[in-house]
Amino acid sequence: MTVAEARPVEPLHRRLGLTDDELEAIRDRLGGREPNDVELAMFSVMWSEHCSYKSSKPLLRTLPTGGAGVVAGPGENAGVISIGDGLAVAFKIESHNHPSAVEPYQGAATGVGGILRDIFTMGARPIAVLDALRFGDPESQRTRHLVDGVVRGVGGYGNCVGVPTIGGELVFDDSYQGNPLVNVMAIGLLDERLLTLAAAPGPGNLAVLFGSTTGRDGIGGASVLASATFSDDDPSKRPSVQVGDPFAEKLLIEASLELIGRGLVDGLQDLGAGGITCATSETADRAGTGILIDLDAVPRREPDLEPFEVLISESQERMLAIVRPERWDDVREVCERWGLPAAIIGRVTQDGDIAVVDGGREIARMPASALTSDAIVHQRLSAPPAHRRAAPAPGAPTVVSDRLPERGMDPGAVLLALVGSANLSSRRPVFEQYDSTVGADTVVGPGHGAAVLRVKGTTKALVASTDGNQAVGGFDPWLGAALSVAEATRNVSITGATPLGVTNCLNYGDPTRPEAFWQLTEGVRGLGDACRALGLPVTGGNVSLYNESPAGAIAPTPEIGVVGLLEDVATLVGPAFTTDGDAIVLVGESGPGLAGSEYARLAGTAVEDGPPSIDLAREASLQAFVREAVARGLVAAAQDVSGGGLAVALAECAIWSGLGARVRLPVANSPAVEMFGESPSRVVVTTRPRHAPALELLARQHGLPVETIGTVGGSRVVIRLTGAGATGAAEERGSDVADELDVAIDDIGHAWEQGLARSLGWEAS
Amino acid sequence: MTVRVGVVVFPGSNCDRDTLHGLTVAGAEPVELWHEQASLDGVDAVVLPGGFAYGDYLRAGVIARFSPVMRSVAAFAADGGLVLGICNGFQVLAEAGLVPGALLRNRSLRFLGRDVTIAAERLDTPFTHAIGERRPLRMPIAHGEGCYFADDATLDALERNGQVLFRYVRPDGAPSDGDERSNPNGSLRAIAGVLNADGNVCGLMPHPERASEAILGSDDGIGILRSLVDSAARARAGAQVAVGAR
Repeated sequence: MTVAEARPVEPLHRRLGLTDDELEAIRDRLGGREPNDVELAMFSVMWSEHCSYKSSKPLLRTLPTGGAGVVAGPGENAGVISIGDGLAVAFKIESHNHPSAVEPYQGAATGVGGILRDIFTMGARPIAVLDALRFGDPESQRTRHLVDGVVRGVGGYGNCVGVPTIGGELVFDDSYQGNPLVNVMAIGLLDERLLTLAAAPGPGNLAVLFGSTTGRDGIGGASVLASATFSDDDPSKRPSVQVGDPFAEKLLIEASLELIGRGLVDGLQDLGAGGITCATSETADRAGTGILIDLDAVPRREPDLEPFEVLISESQERMLAIVRPERWDDVREVCERWGLPAAIIGRVTQDGDIAVVDGGREIARMPASALTSDAIVHQRLSAPPAHRRAAPAPGAPTVVSDRLPERGMDPGAVLLALVGSANLSSRRPVFEQYDSTVGADTVVGPGHGAAVLRVKGTTKALVASTDGNQAVGGFDPWLGAALSVAEATRNVSITGATPLGVTNCLNYGDPTRPEAFWQLTEGVRGLGDACRALGLPVTGGNVSLYNESPAGAIAPTPEIGVVGLLEDVATLVGPAFTTDGDAIVLVGESGPGLAGSEYARLAGTAVEDGPPSIDLAREASLQAFVREAVARGLVAAAQDVSGGGLAVALAECAIWSGLGARVRLPVANSPAVEMFGESPSRVVVTTRPRHAPALELLARQHGLPVETIGTVGGSRVVIRLTGAGATGAAEERGSDVADELDVAIDDIGHAWEQGLARSLGWEAS
Repeated sequence: MTVRVGVVVFPGSNCDRDTLHGLTVAGAEPVELWHEQASLDGVDAVVLPGGFAYGDYLRAGVIARFSPVMRSVAAFAADGGLVLGICNGFQVLAEAGLVPGALLRNRSLRFLGRDVTIAAERLDTPFTHAIGERRPLRMPIAHGEGCYFADDATLDALERNGQVLFRYVRPDGAPSDGDERSNPNGSLRAIAGVLNADGNVCGLMPHPERASEAILGSDDGIGILRSLVDSAARARAGAQVAVGAR
C-alpha cells in the first residue's frame, strides 16, 4: 500500500459536493435506502445550487410574477409575454460566470448557446442577444485576457447562429478581478399558438434525444464550476467547461422550430446543466410522469463512457423531445434533413420515477420530483455586515481627493475624464465585433441606450435593455437592486415603449456566508419592491452564487433585463438631440450623495455621504410621464440621467447628434452633485420651444419637479451653474472652482471614442 | 406575373430569411432552394445569402461549392442566368470560381459588424441600374473574412474590364484612399463587390437586404435588390441583360 492510498479518502458524496445532511435527505427521498454511486452522481448535479436553487428558492417565491399578458413565468425555460396580434415575446437572462473565468472563449460562447436554447425550446425564434459583461481592473493582464476571450466567444457563437447582439453592458469594477460576470440575455418571438412547454406528458410517449452526440465534455459543470468558489485560473477545472458548436446550434434551432411548427412534439427541453438527468427529470416532474431511460440508445462521440458520465454530461447543442410513437418517423426525417442524429432514449412512464437501464440492467431509480421540485431547500443564515461603512476618522477631511471640482478642478476636464473612462466611454471597439443587424429587424443597435427591434408584419417594436448597479449595491444591496430595475425600465420607457416584464440574473457570493446571504436577501427584496412599484412581473431568470475568489466576493450584482413594447415604431424617440433651438427640459431632481458614482470612482474617494436614494413611486410616475409625453408627440429626444450624471447625459446627446447644448443649472446641493451625481428618476427631454409649456404641465400633473434648463445648439456643451451653491459659495470654500463647464463636442467625442481602447491597451481603430 | 428569385439555403445560412424578405420588398416572389436539390425550380435569378454555410470551419465557402445546388447554380450562371452572392454567398462564389479573386481574413483579424459606405462604379449592370445615380450607399457589413484579394495583374484586368462593381468609400462618397474606417477589412483597391467576366454574376460583401427599408436606418440597399429583380424580369421577357466586358 502506498502512502497516497493510505490517506483517508473522502466519502463519494462529499467529493461530489454533497454535504452529510444532503445525503441524509437523499436517503429520505429513496425510502430510507442508500443511493448507489450512479444515483449519487445524478443527485449531486440536480441538487447543485445551479440546478436546484436550494438557497434562493424561498427568496424567489416573494417576487411578483403575475400579470395580464404573462403566458409563461418562472419555472419554464423562459418567460413569455403576449404582445398582441397572436404574437408573444420570450426572454431570459442567464449567467455563465465560472466557465468564462476558466476558459473565456468557450465559457462565453456556450453561455450564448445555452440561453438561445432556452428561447427556442419554447417555440420562439431567437431574435436578439444582449450581453452584460463585468470584469476587474481594465489595466491588468488578466482582465485583458478575459475581455478578449469573452468578446470573441460571444461574437464567435452569436455571429454564426445568426442572432444579432443588439446591446448589453461592459463594466469594470475591482470586485470582479478574480471572478468576472458573463450574463447573457436572449429574446425570441413566437406565434402564441406554438408555445411549447418543457413537459413529458402521455405515458407511452417516446423520449427522443436529438442534436449533437454525447461526450465527456462538461462533466459536472453545474456542481463543480457553478456551485463552488475557486481559486483563480485553476487548470484542473478546465475539463468541466463545455465546448460550443454554433453551427450545430443553428441546425438545432431550425430543426426544433420545424418540429414545433409542424406539431410533431408534445414537449421539448434543451440539455444544459445536468444533461440527460436534468432534462428527463424536469420534463417528467412537470407532467407528473416518469421516464425510463435506455442508456445504450444514447448516441456517443467517444467510447468507454461510464453510465454516470452519459447521464450528467453537459455536451452542448442537444435537445430532448417528447414524441408520440406515431410521429417518430416524421421527427426522424426532420432531424435527418438538418443533419442531426436523433435517437429514442426512453419512454414516458406512469410511475413518476426516473429509471435508468444500462446493458439490460436497471442501474438507477428515483422519483423525478426528488431530483427537481422536491430537492432540498436550505434556510441559510442572513446577517448584515457589522460595519456597513467605516466611519471617517475624527478630523479626516470628508473630501479626500484633490481632483474634485470643489478643490479647484475645471469641471470640463472632469467631464472629459468621465466620458473617456473605462466605464462610460464608447463600447464600439467591442460591439463592432458582433453582428448586430442580422435578421434585418435592428432599428437601434448597441451603443445608444435601449436597443430596438421592429416586428415584421406589424407596426410594433420591441425595446430591450440590461442594467446592473454593483457600485451602489456594494453600499446597500437593496438600493443597488432597486436602482438596477429602475434604470433598465427607464431606458425602455424613455423610447416611448411600455416595459412588459423583468428577467434577472442574481450574481452574489457564497450563500453559506451570512453576510453574502444577507446581500442576496436584500437584493431580492429590492428587486421585488421595484417591480411591484412599477407594476411589472418577474418572469424568470437565474441565480449565480459562489462568485468569490481568493481576492474576495464580488459586489452584489443583480443584473436586470427588461423587454418593452412600442405599439407604433414610428413614434420611437431616441436620446440624441434632433433640432437646433429645442428646449432642454430636466424632469426629476438631484439628491445628495456621490457614493457609488462614476465620479467617485474617478476621484478615487471613499465618499462618506452614501449613495443617493430612490423613491420608487416617483420613478413609476416619471416613467408614466415620459411614455405619455412621447405618445402625445411632445418629445423630440429623451435621455436617461445615470452613469456620470447630468453632464455626461448631455454630453452623450451632443456627441450622438453633433448638436451642442447651453444649460443653466441651479445648484441645490454641491456643484459636483448637480453635474456628476447619479440620483435616479431623472430624464433630460428636449422639445420644440412651443411644446415646452405643455410638457412642463404634464410633468407637474404627474407630480414631478420640472425645469427648462437650456437650449440645443452650437458646437459646445456649456453648463453654467447658478444659485446659492454656485459662485459665491465657491469663494467661501476658498477654491477657485470654475462655475462653468464649457467643452467642444469634438473634444468630448474624441475622449469618448478613444477611452475604451486606451483603457484596455487595444490599438485604436 | 411576378419575378421568381431563388434564395439558396445551405445548412448554416443565416441571412436567407432576411434575403427572402428583402426580395419581397423589392417586388419579387422569393423561392427557397435547398442545398441538396439539383433543380433550381425554374427561377429567374438566384441569390446566395449570407451566413456560415456548413459552419465555415475550414474556410468560408469552401464546402458549399461542392453542394448539389451549386452545380446547378454554376450551370445557370454559365447559361447567362443572374446570380448575386452576398457576404458568405460572395465567399462561396469566389471559392467556386464563379467570380474572380478571394476573400481573406479582415486586416484586424477580427469579425467586423458595422455600417460602411460603398459606391457603384457602374450603373449599367443588372445589379446597379435601378440605383439611379452614382451616390454613396450606406449598409452594414458583418464578416470575419471580407478582405478582397487578387494579384496585381488580375486587379488591373478587373479594372480594365469594368468588373470592379462596388468600392468602399468615405461617408461623403470620396475615395477611401487608405482610410481604415472607410475600408475596414483592408480590401485591395477598396473592392467591395465584383462581376464575373460576362457580367451576370456579382459578389458583394456588404448586406443590401439589411438596408432595404427606411426603418432599418437606411434603404440604400433596395436599389441593388430592385436592379436584380427588374433585370430578372427583363431576362424572362427575353431581353439581353448581361452587359459583359466593356
